[in-house]
Amino acid sequence: MNVATLGLPQPQRGAIKVWYRNLLVWRKLIAPSLFFTFGEPFVYLLGLGFGLGRFVGEVEGMSYLTFLASGLVASSAMNTASFEGMYSVFTRMEHQQTYDALLATPLQVDDIVAGEMLWCGTKAMLAATPILAVAVLLGAVDDWSALLAIPLFFLIGLCFAGPAIVVAAFAPSYDFFNYYVTLLVTPMFIFSGVFYPVTTLPPFAQTLVNLLPLSHAIALVRPLVAGGLPEQLLPHLGVLVAYALAGYLAASVFIRRRLIQ
Amino acid sequence: MAAIPDTGAAPVVQARGLTKRFGERLAVDHVDLDIPAGGCFGLLGPNGAGKTTILRMILGQSPITAGSLTVFGLPVPGAIREIRRRIGVVPQADNADPDFTVIENLRVYARYFDVPRAEAERRIAELLNFVELADRADSPLRELSGGMKRRLSIARALVNDPDLVVLDEPTSGLDPQVRRMIWTRLRQLRRAGKTLLLTTHYMDEAERLCDELVVIDHGRIISRGEPATLIAEQVEAHVLEVQGDRAAVQELLGDCPGLRLETVGEMHYAYTNDLAPVMQRLKLAPQLTYMHRPANLEDVFLRLTGHELRE
Repeated sequence: MNVATLGLPQPQRGAIKVWYRNLLVWRKLIAPSLFFTFGEPFVYLLGLGFGLGRFVGEVEGMSYLTFLASGLVASSAMNTASFEGMYSVFTRMEHQQTYDALLATPLQVDDIVAGEMLWCGTKAMLAATPILAVAVLLGAVDDWSALLAIPLFFLIGLCFAGPAIVVAAFAPSYDFFNYYVTLLVTPMFIFSGVFYPVTTLPPFAQTLVNLLPLSHAIALVRPLVAGGLPEQLLPHLGVLVAYALAGYLAASVFIRRRLIQ
Repeated sequence: MAAIPDTGAAPVVQARGLTKRFGERLAVDHVDLDIPAGGCFGLLGPNGAGKTTILRMILGQSPITAGSLTVFGLPVPGAIREIRRRIGVVPQADNADPDFTVIENLRVYARYFDVPRAEAERRIAELLNFVELADRADSPLRELSGGMKRRLSIARALVNDPDLVVLDEPTSGLDPQVRRMIWTRLRQLRRAGKTLLLTTHYMDEAERLCDELVVIDHGRIISRGEPATLIAEQVEAHVLEVQGDRAAVQELLGDCPGLRLETVGEMHYAYTNDLAPVMQRLKLAPQLTYMHRPANLEDVFLRLTGHELRE
């Protein structure tokens, strides 16, 4: 790897154009896109929230529906950013050769990576916010403080975007993404406190889970949805910001390495 | 076609000792290039010769291993944003956005170049007419034929009103009608003062369009000049394509004075400046079928790069 590949990213205004291009495409495909991001969590909330909630009762001082909804909005932000960072980035990079077309304009690879990061954050927000609205309709949200979760969705998106784009940078084909999903995304979804408190896990498992970002995202989102303010705000935020920054730097390096040969 | 007028102006692209190494493989090997302003310049060569790599270096998409490269007198890669602002690219594989319609593709692309909105709309209307896609402005990409997609690529390459238009195999895979239409448009662009840089392995295309060309093989420039001059310099004036048994043709023509015989399978290419003696001999063998034609750039190409298959 040469020096140019390793240098700090220097995105310019072009990043906004990449972001805007993705927004325009999303707007065209809004119906199927919303259907999928809405559909699954809606089933979870109805089926598990009401069904399982009847047996579980209260968890951590809130109804199970609220507990589950606050976990699902965070995991939905994770899923959306992860899939956008892997599948969509890979499609634009390989199948559609969109990046080749962009690199024939004044835009640079650094603009593309920054634009895709911003877009992943935006899309996470666009996916998680409607679920929050569904939770409000189902009576799972107690306070206006839940609105503060919306900018958090953007940050959660950024935090998962970087690693996903790195995976795309190494991917020979779509099948490659199964490793990342099976090894990291799904275990995080199951173990990071979406369905039950992390504190029920054995101590070593808690340590592992807390090294990954989703539990920290949930620790921030959950109290806001339940009508309070998060404890240990800065450490949790710090983990998300650190993942977002490290992921962004790594994504810039590895996408450059893939595109500029 | 007239030669490019020597105005003494600085070349649009200037390369000195331009070299590109992929691991052990030298893809481009000490290439010197001066592409003058206002003409059509061709990069010819077999597959894998290094043509596309040279284009990618000019566009700053591929780091230079050694040598120097300037475009519009500006250094690559130092001033690449400024350089790309003034270049239009027609890629080998059409990569217009499949999620957008024809006109949306042009609008989005104009935005990448910061073309002001009103100016962009004016240019897009003009370009849609230029490539005869005005009635398809609102069509989604999937409804376009291959020829329409290529015409869209050409319109897209012009949306920033570039000084240099780079075309990588602009008519490969297209039917004769579309190829001719594209040639006409490229000549119009050249007359309008734009510099065209194209790669092709269609020799008829290069002969028709290019004022000057270089032949590249194994990363090196092996010949350069105007098409007509190259033909006159490199090959004999007449070509007889003879079909038939190798031994029979060898016996008949092998010792004919002033004749150069190239054989590919059952086809024999007889090159000569003196047609009469060859024709006389061919009359002795009515079982052989043959065709007489003037030498063209393809003969130069095969002479320089050999007849064996590439990649």
